[in-house]
Amino acid sequence: MAELVATLASTHHPFYLKATTMPAEQQMPQAPEWKRKIEAYRETLARTRPDILVMVGSDHFHQIFLDNCPQFLIGKSEAYDATFYNEEREFGIPKFLLKGDPDMSGFMHRHLMDQNFDFAFSNDLKIDHSIICPIITVRPTNDLPVVPIYTNIFAPPLQSPQRFYDLGRAIRKAIDDYPSDKRIAAIGTGHLSLELGGPRQFMETGPDPEFDRQAIEWLRQGDIDAILHNVTHQSMAGSGNATHGFLNFILMLGVAGPEVADYVDNLDLFHTMEAYFTWYPKEQAA
Amino acid sequence: MSKYYVNKFLFTVDRDPQYLKRYAEDPRSFVATWEQSIGPKLNDAETSRVHTFTQAEREALINHDYVALFEMGAHFFLNLTIFIGIYDEPYMAKDGPLAFQKEFARKLQHWKGRDYPSVET
Repeated sequence: MAELVATLASTHHPFYLKATTMPAEQQMPQAPEWKRKIEAYRETLARTRPDILVMVGSDHFHQIFLDNCPQFLIGKSEAYDATFYNEEREFGIPKFLLKGDPDMSGFMHRHLMDQNFDFAFSNDLKIDHSIICPIITVRPTNDLPVVPIYTNIFAPPLQSPQRFYDLGRAIRKAIDDYPSDKRIAAIGTGHLSLELGGPRQFMETGPDPEFDRQAIEWLRQGDIDAILHNVTHQSMAGSGNATHGFLNFILMLGVAGPEVADYVDNLDLFHTMEAYFTWYPKEQAA
Repeated sequence: MSKYYVNKFLFTVDRDPQYLKRYAEDPRSFVATWEQSIGPKLNDAETSRVHTFTQAEREALINHDYVALFEMGAHFFLNLTIFIGIYDEPYMAKDGPLAFQKEFARKLQHWKGRDYPSVET
């Protein structure tokens, strides 16, 4: 059977590439530290020598829109184009072409359906920055096939925190059951407290530093009970109107299992708290 | 009111450099064109005319009035990115990085501490 070799969950910051590659004299003061932290985080993936990346992100109204909006969607293609015009324009993110793994996508899709997750699917998915940001940060060589999974963290009504955790558990089971000798890494991105298009956007810190501190501690401890006890759609909205990206962290904790994280780092940037977690497997999913 | 249709405007225009340019340069004329021939499109062959703007929605779009759009429940991400696309560069040239984003936030300060208008459609 396939082996899960690492689970990574991090924030995704679309300005990372631009912020760390512009001429040094124009860079923000934190840019060198940010780059050091990202490159250290990258090593937590590289040392596990993965063959396939299962990647969890959320389309930002690039391909998916309100005319046809799935809660959960899996890509099933030989390859995926990435980066939309308005992401190039706003963030300076270049175009990418990612390799796919239709066999694992197909297995994952059927397995998740059998576990009562009615996934939508796409044979023509173009990837946006929720998945390209982690390619840029943790696998910039872009040399591995991906199985992309999109969640709806954006267009209410959203699934519950419990459902996101359960989906993470189900993805873990599908990875563990995949009949292959491949080494799999699961990589997901989301947000801690975040405000976009509202009165608390682009402040000196994220909109809710107390939530950020608490969320990092919960994830460090793998404390899913505390998360499910405290985090609701309403509490996330109170921490910033785009804080629902935290649901993807909950999902990734489901993939890892309720375990203490093996690697934790964070960086207080203007308007967001960046955070980076890696778990190495200690148990087989139930 | 059609939050969906307002969002469809923001979505279709933000993703297309030609539409964005026309919306930036002559919003009144572009909004009229959008309502006539872009908004109704479902695909290259099919159209639907079940959605329309209210006068208030139309005016908010014509005036690039992101405060009114926020208050109508337009999606916060679409409402931000399209106007960053139009205003980020001129504001940056004049007042430095994030000048537009900070003004956007300032104009919405009266919503701080309150439940924001729902973006659910």
